Amino acid sequence: MTNRYVFPHKDLLGIEPLSPQDITAILDQAKGFEEVCERPDIKIVPALRKRLVVNLFFENSTRTRNSFEIAEKRLSAEIINFDADTSSLSKGETLIDTALNLEAMHPDLIVMRHSAAGAHALLARHMKASIVNAGDGAHEHPTQALLDAYTLRERFGRLDGLKIAIVGDIRHSRVVRSNLWLLTKMGAKVTLVGPPTLLPMELKETWPDVDFSFELDPVLPHMDAIMMLRAQFERGTGQYIPGAGEYIRYYQLHAERMKRAKKDVAILHPGPMNRGFEITSEVADGPNSLILQQVTNGVPVRMAVLYLLVVRQGEHHPLT
Amino acid sequence: MSEPSAPCLLDATQMEAYLQRVSREIAAAFGHEENLVLVGIRSRGLPLAERLGTMLEANLGRPVPIGVLDITLYRDDLTEVAGSPIVRPTEIPFPLRERTVVLVDDVLFTGRTIRAGLDALLDHGRPKRVWLAVLVDRGGRELPVQADFVGLKLEVPMTQRVSVKVHEIDSVDGVFLEGRD
Repeated sequence: MTNRYVFPHKDLLGIEPLSPQDITAILDQAKGFEEVCERPDIKIVPALRKRLVVNLFFENSTRTRNSFEIAEKRLSAEIINFDADTSSLSKGETLIDTALNLEAMHPDLIVMRHSAAGAHALLARHMKASIVNAGDGAHEHPTQALLDAYTLRERFGRLDGLKIAIVGDIRHSRVVRSNLWLLTKMGAKVTLVGPPTLLPMELKETWPDVDFSFELDPVLPHMDAIMMLRAQFERGTGQYIPGAGEYIRYYQLHAERMKRAKKDVAILHPGPMNRGFEITSEVADGPNSLILQQVTNGVPVRMAVLYLLVVRQGEHHPLT
Repeated sequence: MSEPSAPCLLDATQMEAYLQRVSREIAAAFGHEENLVLVGIRSRGLPLAERLGTMLEANLGRPVPIGVLDITLYRDDLTEVAGSPIVRPTEIPFPLRERTVVLVDDVLFTGRTIRAGLDALLDHGRPKRVWLAVLVDRGGRELPVQADFVGLKLEVPMTQRVSVKVHEIDSVDGVFLEGRD
């Protein structure tokens, strides 16, 4: 009654179109779902009962897909998993045809991962269903940024004014772009750290307030949180650095380097980790690490996104 | 929103007296049961449950545990409600097994909130029994739900809304009759 806020977006294509109020609504909503996920017995609520969710993954991502699927199951949704390998795409069907075929089955939500940055917007234009971006090329991965923000907010009680370093392969990371949108919109101060070849300076044009550093050590003492990125060898990280030894020397987060950081610094990593490369096990499993908490938080945050999109659909298509 | 001119059905003193009567009825029915708990339905069922809990404690000489249910996710009209209702945590910090639960809400109207509340409650365990206490029963039922403890019973036309205000949320206590928005 007192709450007349309406989530104003049909789709979650990225963090870029969201307002700080939208972001706060998702994070607040996730808090309610965290309680559902922590119940001793029945961790399922009927909010998405009789709703059809299609998980459309054109790229492998076991952990993101599992997290979405658990979120959907906890909301009682009907789920169809549609894998690119087993679909008509391998027979030459275009993305539009795939979308139109799906639309003919009237799904309520489509959770999609695709390597092309524009694929989600294309689908969103052609479908009544809400599209959730579960990762697109090197562009955005909004639910990862939301769960990072949720984890940080839970740890510090706020995002505004936090100093956060994002370290590693900035060039190939979609997590970085979503996080840059989110953290800057919410008033955090971001420093990007990485070797010159993996730190694209053109990001400065979109985010003029973000700091850049080629070295981690001088930045470390000032940070409230460090977000380590995965070296994406499958996307060619290896070709951009002179050698593993040098990368480790300057950027690996290890116990000795942690001595320079604040005692209560929070360590995040979107996973999967290359243990012994960008981060040592001692740090990843240490007391400052929130890495498993991020995984846990992924489920209620994704529940919040799915819930807000479905509840919003009723604003325009009221049920009889 | 209540305009200042909204007719007042109960002022703060009367509201307190009606709650006292409800608490005495609960004490008479279940005062001998060690397993009695109160569970308030968000939003205004919670402060009412807390007040009933305080009254029961004074009456029985022992604390009565209080829980809170958020029923948003169990509503049958989730996509029809205006706005995006924010789900807030349900907190039932005790096992429900073998408990006597008194569900507490402010107004009993269609019965749909209570239906949702029962579904939500039973997902947390299997209580021995669940009874219902409301401050106002305004009639207009759409489901076969009745309250066991009722403060004020009225027949209010569908065109009007009974609004319970509590100082914890609304900075004022009282029951008001409003036009439906």
